[in-house]
Amino acid sequence: MSQENVYALPNITTPSHPVIFNPDICTGCNHCIEVCQVDVYIPNPEKGKPPVILHPDECWYCGCCVNDCPCPGAIIFNWPVQQRAYWKDKATGKVLRDSQNL
Amino acid sequence: MANWHELVLQQGKTMPWPYPIRYDSEQEIETDVLVIGGGIAGCWAAISAARKGVRVALVEKGDTVRSGAGGPGCDHWCNAPANPLSNVDPDEWAEHMAEPPYSNGIGIQIQCREDWDTLLEMEQMGGKIRDTDDEYVGAQGRDEKTKLMISPRYTKVHSYVLGVQKPISFKSNPEGKLNNVVIRVWGSTFKPALKKECKRLGVNIFDRVMITSLLTENGMQGARVVGAVGFNNRTGEFMVFKAKAAVLSTAGDWSLFLLNTELAGYNTFRSRTATGDGAAMAWRAGAALTMMERTGVLNLGTGFKHTWYGGAGDASYENVPLVDANGKRLPWPTQGWEDYGAMRPSPEVMEKITRGIQIGEYALPFWGDFPAMPEVERRVTWNLMLGEESTTRNIINSYGRAGFDPARHLLMNYNFIEGQSLPQWRTANGGGPVVDWNLKSTIDGLYVAGEQLFSPGDHSFAAATGRYAGRKAADYARQVESGKVSPEQIAQEKNRIYRPIKRTNGIDWKELHAGIARAMQFFGTQYKDERLLKMGLDALKEIEEVHVPRLFATDPHKLMRCIEDLSLLTHGQIILHASLARCASSQMLNFFRIDYPQVDPPEWNKFITVKLENGKVVVGELPLRYWGDMKANYEAHNRDYTGVYKGK
Repeated sequence: MSQENVYALPNITTPSHPVIFNPDICTGCNHCIEVCQVDVYIPNPEKGKPPVILHPDECWYCGCCVNDCPCPGAIIFNWPVQQRAYWKDKATGKVLRDSQNL
Repeated sequence: MANWHELVLQQGKTMPWPYPIRYDSEQEIETDVLVIGGGIAGCWAAISAARKGVRVALVEKGDTVRSGAGGPGCDHWCNAPANPLSNVDPDEWAEHMAEPPYSNGIGIQIQCREDWDTLLEMEQMGGKIRDTDDEYVGAQGRDEKTKLMISPRYTKVHSYVLGVQKPISFKSNPEGKLNNVVIRVWGSTFKPALKKECKRLGVNIFDRVMITSLLTENGMQGARVVGAVGFNNRTGEFMVFKAKAAVLSTAGDWSLFLLNTELAGYNTFRSRTATGDGAAMAWRAGAALTMMERTGVLNLGTGFKHTWYGGAGDASYENVPLVDANGKRLPWPTQGWEDYGAMRPSPEVMEKITRGIQIGEYALPFWGDFPAMPEVERRVTWNLMLGEESTTRNIINSYGRAGFDPARHLLMNYNFIEGQSLPQWRTANGGGPVVDWNLKSTIDGLYVAGEQLFSPGDHSFAAATGRYAGRKAADYARQVESGKVSPEQIAQEKNRIYRPIKRTNGIDWKELHAGIARAMQFFGTQYKDERLLKMGLDALKEIEEVHVPRLFATDPHKLMRCIEDLSLLTHGQIILHASLARCASSQMLNFFRIDYPQVDPPEWNKFITVKLENGKVVVGELPLRYWGDMKANYEAHNRDYTGVYKGK
């Protein structure tokens, strides 16, 4: 079995991850919390760790948190599946999506 | 851990609210000018008031460093006909811009006269407005001497004016040169520079505070504004501001008609914080509002469709030629150099494309052909325009990471394949307080700027009108004594806003918002007549009496969302009252009544105003050009205008 502890939880608010933090790069400076227009994040109870995404449903994907992050790579966008883009290679005609690299 | 669920799974418990809870404490701040809303207009208002030497308090629901529609960035400084490369006279350009009925001639005149000065001040503060790094040498519109980058927008054709596809001629530009009124800018540098300047000037900034109501002298509706109250949306602390003048620089209302509960923040073209708080508080204070019956149709960014500004970003919209699935060019204007800024297909061309799809002449889907563009123009469009626009930098980042290269790849366009928006999905951002040549509302002490003005413009409109309203409010504040606030009014408001935290169950803000939106969709959109509009008022009243008393919030953040719902509710009521008052249909207002089907009959070509007097709705009217001669009145009201800031 995959999970040790099974809790009673409500459905996850979706989309649940407007961004993805890289805990190896993020210093927990919380700058993203300050520049967020709508308070999507709250500080992590553990100092130095990436913020907690508390209100993912309120994100309007303005990008300030990622654009202003002082540690490149600490935080990246993660579009909802239904909002991912398509593009096409002009030379080969192959249709590509922005999830290719996931 | 990353989100709440993961935290709970990891720790086996949830975490306490991370900020101190201060519902029971109260802060009182005394100032000369109170600026409500710290977006582009609000920051500019605070700066220009502070430069007049008065005390300024700036209050913002988010953090002024990036808040507001223009917080993330801005790619075009529109309507700067006073710039040195312009080929048109600013006053003539202003007249042209204000020509369509129901525009805001006062705001437009201010923008056209002062936009260039405002931009130069932006540069003084550290905003980037020129290609000083020579990144785009050889691009069309780039001036080597000034390093300014003129945009193709409005160069000859001005499609923002409904139905216009042909070049517009100007007396001041007899040879028909390119108009050169729109400047490309590096707008992502603007907002942090504005906040820095606010701090340098000693503006008292209150971030994460939502203003909920204006205070009027002795608590009387329609009396002079003497302050405002609100609360901190992290701690819940109650805030009382006493001021000699206030500038209302709040956002419009973008989600009254629609809530996608899953993507609540993604719901419209703007963030969920744009809930019409300003219109609602001006209404309760007794200010006259106009244009409230106008609504726009939401085409993009509903969460039900793609959003141009992120995710599936349809960046193939401007300057980029559109081709069909076989690479065949579509007769779709690019708003670029080749079509002199024309931005939408004419109805005939649209019909040709639609028919072409059916008969196989154009194959779906369509694509934005970035590789077909000249290299430097492609970089200007992708890196500068989309890289500096409000929320499109994230497209560059994430697509780049996934391997998108505009030199090799065509980006998909979503026209046709995602269908049309419902006529019930609307924006409610057309109306606002009636203002005079000082941008003062109909009540003393209350000034208005930016998107809160009726028929507002864009980023630079917000900047120029904010800068103007700030200096006018400061002039007024210097002439008057402090007014008398009413303790009863403060107590009443405190009682109103804290109710949701006193309950532990009921309905949450999203359910209420969706309920309000549904009532507005049913009774105030495509089909309007007296019966439906009155049913709408009844529906909102029922929500107010039955469902609002069940509203509950578990923390100060959700309390803010609840109070925003109350703004939406009031805003909906104002719209329905204004809609009842206009007994005619109108193309420009996107307003059609079944019981008054005549479109734009001459006797109804006027502004309808609504206001509260002793709690009763009073309807009035103003002539379409109530502001009189734009040039003469601007000059008469600004004899002391000193141009670009020369102080320290």
